[in-house]
Amino acid sequence: MTMIFGIPIQAFLGQLLIGLINGSFYALLSLGLAVIFGLLRVINFAHGAQYMLGAFVALLLLQYFGINYWLALFLAPLIIGLLGALIERSMLSRLYKLDHLYGLLFTFGLALTIEGTFRYLYGAAGQPYSVPTALAGGTNLGFMFLPIYRGWVVVISLIACIGTWLLIEKTKLGSYLRAATENAVLVQAFGVNVPLLLTFTYGFGAALAAFAGVLAAPIYQVSPLMGSNLIIVVFAVVVVGGMGSIMGAIITGYMLGIAEGLTKVFYPEASNIVIFVIMAIVLLIRPAGLFGRDA
Amino acid sequence: MSHVAHSTNSKPAAEPGVKVTTSATIFLLAGLALLVVAPLFFYPIFLMKLLCFALFACAFNLLLGYTGLLSFGHATFFGGAAYFTAHAVKVWGWTPELGILLGVAGAAGLGVVMGFVAIRRQGIYFAMITLALSQMFFFFCLQAGFTQGEDGIQQVPRGHLFGVIDLSVSTNMYYFVLSVFVIGLLLIWRFINSPFGMILKSIRENEARATSLGYSVARYKLGAFVMSAALAGLAGGVKALVFQFATLTDVAWQMSGEVILMTLLGGIGTLIGPIFGAGLVVTLQNYLATSDFPVTIITGVVFMVCVLLFRRGIVGEFYASRLGRSLSFEHRH
Repeated sequence: MTMIFGIPIQAFLGQLLIGLINGSFYALLSLGLAVIFGLLRVINFAHGAQYMLGAFVALLLLQYFGINYWLALFLAPLIIGLLGALIERSMLSRLYKLDHLYGLLFTFGLALTIEGTFRYLYGAAGQPYSVPTALAGGTNLGFMFLPIYRGWVVVISLIACIGTWLLIEKTKLGSYLRAATENAVLVQAFGVNVPLLLTFTYGFGAALAAFAGVLAAPIYQVSPLMGSNLIIVVFAVVVVGGMGSIMGAIITGYMLGIAEGLTKVFYPEASNIVIFVIMAIVLLIRPAGLFGRDA
Repeated sequence: MSHVAHSTNSKPAAEPGVKVTTSATIFLLAGLALLVVAPLFFYPIFLMKLLCFALFACAFNLLLGYTGLLSFGHATFFGGAAYFTAHAVKVWGWTPELGILLGVAGAAGLGVVMGFVAIRRQGIYFAMITLALSQMFFFFCLQAGFTQGEDGIQQVPRGHLFGVIDLSVSTNMYYFVLSVFVIGLLLIWRFINSPFGMILKSIRENEARATSLGYSVARYKLGAFVMSAALAGLAGGVKALVFQFATLTDVAWQMSGEVILMTLLGGIGTLIGPIFGAGLVVTLQNYLATSDFPVTIITGVVFMVCVLLFRRGIVGEFYASRLGRSLSFEHRH
């Protein structure tokens, strides 16, 4: 058996893949957080709940309407995005003038409400969501066995991340967003409907979270609590990356996912906390985060 | 940076908190008298739980209300101290007061570490960092041997206070908890009215200005953080003895959220607000404990309503109301 650093290469690559998949979710979620924070200056604590909602909507669409994975991958983010836009318009938008901490507290309450409701309705146990047939099975890469669905998750998340980056950095809409991040009042004076832009941004962030949720549904079980622990890790990712840059959020997400996977190989006891430890070290050395601009 | 506790009321306030007015004194004494006779009317365990959480919330408010730092990791100090106290009393056979002291010292130690890392960032970053570090401590407690993992430390003996007073007698325990509570509150009151506390308020209002006046802002923040952590530890240690167990629930992030809610509901930056907030939340939990309706839904909704409509909290609204002003209560901001 081939060995690498004293462990079987299969185990090493297997954990690397798991790390890459976790990293995909970290990247997608921290990207959404960074987009929302950039414009709204709100830390969206409900991001984990919106991720869970995405998975649940996919499951319910399948159970009640027989809607398959591919359509759910499009519909669930749309539904959750609209819901997010509604919440932003009706409630969150009232908090912009206040201290940013109120936005955090509001979305924290929102997360508790959503998760509590789903726990009440569907119980805490997870429900399975089967892998779509086109992506079922696996392929032997020679050095390891790769389940096709997992490969798909890594590829599609990367596409979604890069797509979002292109949307923000290279399109006209993105330039409005970036301009409004710098100076919202001035952009509004130029005739851009900034409140609408804010609503769109929050909806888009929520949709990204829901998209990640649908992707996660066949890998992890669909459970009301699937987002609540994840969001704390994603917060740590965001602190490490610094929320100044979109690309920073993506790279940090993947990096920390891989770091976590590798820790599972070399020192499994610490795999739960390695991201937090990295966060603490980064804060001590570079308080603004790896890619951060604002202190 | 933060103006969390800044009241929107533009009415000029009396010198905050330095003088306690006559009506406030009367209310405080009446409240204390009520607490002294309360065991005649209520279940003592319920009252003790309430007092522990009230002290916890007041300790938390010391940081949020008077320094403007939102910690999302206070469960670490509360639950950590509960573990330390429970372990010392049960395994090492320490007396309750020494066990609690160890809990306080442990919480303060954790506070130094967490505070040192977290004060490097401000505002919401501070909240996220404390949350992440607290989650790290949660995983530590999940895996460390002395915490007994999922089971928690159970059947902690209450022991004899100073080796003399038997705390397994419910009445004795209640008055012990009440004394700790009053001492804790007096400490907080003294602290926020000390020169140190005044500097903290100036940091809350205008950090850059405080820095320019030559104060080492980071050191003051760390001091406040450790003080708040130690007092939260006091509440946690006592709670471990009241319920005779220490479990993962106390170190989980939901507990950090709960104490934020208590403070927000009662009134951020008011001395007694968190007590009312804690009272409401604990009563609600007790009331819902028998039904299968989850508390988190109500907690979440109350959170949203408070943030949207009710940011001063119960006591804050009362102070700002005509009645509150006519009684010339200390009106903090």
